[in-house]
Amino acid sequence: MSLFDFFKRPTTSAPVARERLQILLAHERAVIGRSDLIAILREEILAVIAKHVTMEPEKVNVKMERGDTVSTLEVEVEVPTSATASSKKKVEAALSAG
Amino acid sequence: MAKVLVVTSGKGGVGKTTSSAALGTALAQTGQRVVVVDFDVGLRNLDLVMGAERRVVFDLINVVQGEAKLVQALIRDKRLDNLSLLPASQTRDKEALTEEGVGKVIEELREKFDWIVCDSPAGIERGATLAMRYADLAVVVANPEVSSVRDSDRIIGLLDSKTFKAERGEPLEKYLLLTRYDAARAERNEMLAVEDVLEILSIPLLGIIPESEEILKASNVGTPVTLNNPSCAPARAYQEAARRLNGEMVSVSVPREKKGGFLGKLFGRRAA
Repeated sequence: MSLFDFFKRPTTSAPVARERLQILLAHERAVIGRSDLIAILREEILAVIAKHVTMEPEKVNVKMERGDTVSTLEVEVEVPTSATASSKKKVEAALSAG
Repeated sequence: MAKVLVVTSGKGGVGKTTSSAALGTALAQTGQRVVVVDFDVGLRNLDLVMGAERRVVFDLINVVQGEAKLVQALIRDKRLDNLSLLPASQTRDKEALTEEGVGKVIEELREKFDWIVCDSPAGIERGATLAMRYADLAVVVANPEVSSVRDSDRIIGLLDSKTFKAERGEPLEKYLLLTRYDAARAERNEMLAVEDVLEILSIPLLGIIPESEEILKASNVGTPVTLNNPSCAPARAYQEAARRLNGEMVSVSVPREKKGGFLGKLFGRRAA
């Protein structure tokens, strides 16, 4: 601490608080979302698939993994044999973090 | 038509119960029929803040489970006969609250009262989501402090997704009530200012309640602050907030306690 620091006005903390909150909440709103993103994705993906094949709602699994630069969205859909020729189909999609 | 108002915050200790009691009382003081409902099952305190702790016989869970009639559980305030309290259970588990049961109680209360003020527990679990479930409007209580503002943001997200109104696609009115505010510290940039919090949360302002020793005095004696000392700064702020809830156009002033020698101590006592 230099002698000049003694005469300076004390640094204020409120602007720091505001900036930290703005950055944090921008991130949290994107991830958690104003609503549950994963639940919405799951529901809408289910609706699209259900239009074409009959399937059980529990057989759709949506996972999201967050990385530093890229986030992965994994969608696993189990389709019963009666609905299609193949026994099990996996749909995977990658989503880059924005 | 009756209005269901939820007082919520996410974070604990920011003044939900104090504000529920003070707003409920201030609304009743304008002549309307008001009931304040404690949703904090297992940790009830609204009865204590309102000075009715020795008059609790039945509670919300008794009514939800059909063990008591609503009129048996309602406690009429001794000072204002158009103000009632529906206490929470102190002994039962919050799992005893069902969405259907709460819905029935709210419906019944709608017939008897103009305002149903639901005092939410802290957190984002079942108790909190049930307290907001049937709300027509919400008061988000926040302190000018980072953790409180963050949690408020989270609660606003829940209000926009988990309430009946939101699910039906209707807009849910949400208002910010900033409590424990210290205008002098905010001016010195030591505390988040009203504008900062409003900008971050982007919901309209209902009122600013100043940090004040009157709040503790009022809870010490079990009288809501608007009854205990109607002319003190926080009481006036709650009265103004109640008028705004009634649809009156009242400009929000930044209330200040009269400067006194004890103010320095007051600053030092602020919550972390």
